Amino acid sequence: MGQFILDIQNISKSFPRVKANNKVSFGVKKNTVHAILGENGAGKSTFVKILYGLIKQDEGKIIYKNNELKISSPAEARKVGIGMIFQHFSLFESLTVRENLMLGIDDYISYKKLEIKIENLIQKYKLTLDLDAPVISLSSGQKQRVEIVRVLLQNPKILVMDEPTSVLSPQEVKSLFITLNALVKDETTILYITHKLEEVITICNSVTIMRDGEVIETSSIGSNTAKTLANKMLGKNLEEISKDFSAIKDQINFEVNNLSCKFNDPFFTDIINISFKVNKGEILGIAGVAGNGQTELMEILSGENLNIESGKILYNNKRIEKLNPQQRRNLSISFVPEDRLGHSAVPELSLNENTLLSRFYNNKFTKNGLIQKKILDDHTKSIINLFNVKCLDADSNASSLSGGNLQKYVIGREILSEPELLIISHPTWGIDAGAENFIRQSLIKLSKLGTSIIVISQDLEELIQISHKLSIIYNGTLSNTFNTDSIDIEKVGLLMGGGK
Amino acid sequence: MNFFLPSIVLRTQNSSSVNFLVPLIAIVFTLLTGSLIFSLLGFDPIYSLYTFFISPISSLYGFSELLVKATPLALIAIGLSYCFKNNIYNIGAEGQLTMGAIFGGGVAIYFYNVEGFWLLPLMLLAGVLGGSLWALIPALLKTKFNTNEILTSLMLVYVATFILDYLVVGPWKDPSGFSYPKSRPFNESARMPELFNGLRVHFGLVITLILIFISWFIFSKTIFGFQLKVSGLSIKAARFAGFNQNKLIISAFIICGGFAGLAGLGEVSGPIGLLYRDISPNYGFTAIIVAFLGRLHPIGIIFSSLIIALTYLGAEDAQIFLQIPSAVGFIFQGLLLFYLLGAELLINYKIQFGKIS
Repeated sequence: MGQFILDIQNISKSFPRVKANNKVSFGVKKNTVHAILGENGAGKSTFVKILYGLIKQDEGKIIYKNNELKISSPAEARKVGIGMIFQHFSLFESLTVRENLMLGIDDYISYKKLEIKIENLIQKYKLTLDLDAPVISLSSGQKQRVEIVRVLLQNPKILVMDEPTSVLSPQEVKSLFITLNALVKDETTILYITHKLEEVITICNSVTIMRDGEVIETSSIGSNTAKTLANKMLGKNLEEISKDFSAIKDQINFEVNNLSCKFNDPFFTDIINISFKVNKGEILGIAGVAGNGQTELMEILSGENLNIESGKILYNNKRIEKLNPQQRRNLSISFVPEDRLGHSAVPELSLNENTLLSRFYNNKFTKNGLIQKKILDDHTKSIINLFNVKCLDADSNASSLSGGNLQKYVIGREILSEPELLIISHPTWGIDAGAENFIRQSLIKLSKLGTSIIVISQDLEELIQISHKLSIIYNGTLSNTFNTDSIDIEKVGLLMGGGK
Repeated sequence: MNFFLPSIVLRTQNSSSVNFLVPLIAIVFTLLTGSLIFSLLGFDPIYSLYTFFISPISSLYGFSELLVKATPLALIAIGLSYCFKNNIYNIGAEGQLTMGAIFGGGVAIYFYNVEGFWLLPLMLLAGVLGGSLWALIPALLKTKFNTNEILTSLMLVYVATFILDYLVVGPWKDPSGFSYPKSRPFNESARMPELFNGLRVHFGLVITLILIFISWFIFSKTIFGFQLKVSGLSIKAARFAGFNQNKLIISAFIICGGFAGLAGLGEVSGPIGLLYRDISPNYGFTAIIVAFLGRLHPIGIIFSSLIIALTYLGAEDAQIFLQIPSAVGFIFQGLLLFYLLGAELLINYKIQFGKIS
């Protein structure tokens, strides 16, 4: 077994009601980039947590450098040479890069030595970083570099990266891959956790595909293509998504003119002079790396934030910037904000009550202030049926649904209100590929019926797939609009990173 | 060693039975601790608990007294649940109660020599108005200036108490009262009618039960109750829905203040019959415990108001028969709240014995 630095043997782990890992076995060769590919809920995270000592497996063992790995905490994992970079950064935003790096050290080491070590790493792997900058001022890509340097300071033999590109622009992804290749040359093995197929093909040497807690296959990338990998990952073929440019009408439905909003708060991004137009039946995508003003823009478009500084919002040539969310809904505008737990839905309430959440005003569900339970129940049932929401019944709590099902319910609720304009943020964030495909199809179908849609998303692939036009938001400003059938990905990538 | 220690594990499913269990667990632990305290003081714990919890209600008169005490507690607690459901921490119900007593009592004193069927309804209205207006102050401060309602509502309690103090030693002092700090006694038509001859339980109980029923209806069937609930669970979802937050905050305060004011008026026109300094043994504060012990649910509040009322009666009996200071009643109330907050953990977590999986 000498060829494997990591040999996973029959790892099983159960949680109440679900077997998260079922006899997971595979080997990882030394000095390679090894992908673990699978949908959300396939068991990738559980496995990684076991490897990093965060949870303990029920059965099975991990052979690491020819010895059985016995660790019970992340600190022990780091000591034996296993480093981990999580999807969500764990940095202190108000401290500088240097301070963050120093905080990550488990052992005592003199300040001077540490400084030299950091400088060496930065030079060697071209991880450009300003050590004195506060972390809050960094882009996602830069924050990730801080995380990488922090892990490298511990001289790991194995580096585990969980969905590392989810918040990066295409250019940042490129430079990350350069760093990863350099690390592999220097005898580091990388375990690359992802659900993005293209990345597996581009950067990885071999891949383990997981589905429903089990390993489907481990192989070298070889002749695998994105399509073959997708079929293995999902266990089925997905319906092709195709959009239609012919249904767009030559009539402006929604228009934003010179919108600005200042927050004077380092945790918010100021919106600066944003303008765009959407025609009837058109899908406009707004791309951008997280934290560039998407949330702030969404709250202004939905009417949750009415304190704009200047600018106009026109809907069918009527100014609506002073209207609250309910008043905007009464004009047939619907919204789906990013966070489904506690924003677009309340987890502690039943689906029925959640239906009422966005439709409590001026509709058939209430009469003289009384809730019409029967009508509400029927309507919720039709959302559940039409949008394939898997749940017990209309009285189940929203928290009992999986992410994908809850998102299908929320989007179904808004689509069934028959909006003329739908504004939706991160429609398929953190859900499985089946639900993702279903939601994208639903949006395209809706646009063909004449509804205008604005999709704000970090997922560039998604936006190119479903939207007719695309703009890029960076640091609170919005780029020109591009047609997605003739788009230059390089250019979009540059704009996402703040280039011109 | 882990094998024998219980561990605390996150619940994967909401358990509705736990909602009923939590108050019961708190009561059991309170009784256990109470008997420990009694035996440390050198009393027979069984006899003490009997004196405290059973003997006060072993007669019809005692039971009537229980209802007399439970009436204001339940009324204030149901009012508080409008605020607490919406995550507004109005802890100034005692002041709103005092203002209700002042406004309603003021009417009785003004018409001290006029009798009429209209007097009591007028006093009820005045009581509601007094409590609501007093609650409107922290509500407006919160909505206009974003002040913390916990501080403002609490501080207004002391202001209200001082106003009452001033009135009963000053302008409203009984001219034939030998300079005691109290008002004239209210005339007959300014008094809450007794429900049964010879027992002090009064018409306020009926009003309370009606308001509890109406509140249950509002919480479970109306869009207003729905809005209170959603705002309490997630302020972001409430903004997404487009609820008018300020309107909700002000309504909750006004309702809560109105109920507390009514409770205050019920006290002065019911068992007391005049205005003086100590019209309430902290009903306004104790009702906070009642509200949470009843889990902000109308039925729960009926039961919890009876239990807390019993600690008041028990404390009086304990003072008479065991010579323990009646403050022991507050100890029981404190213990109950303490264990209640502790047992809340069980709503989201469960205790698991044996090996950690």
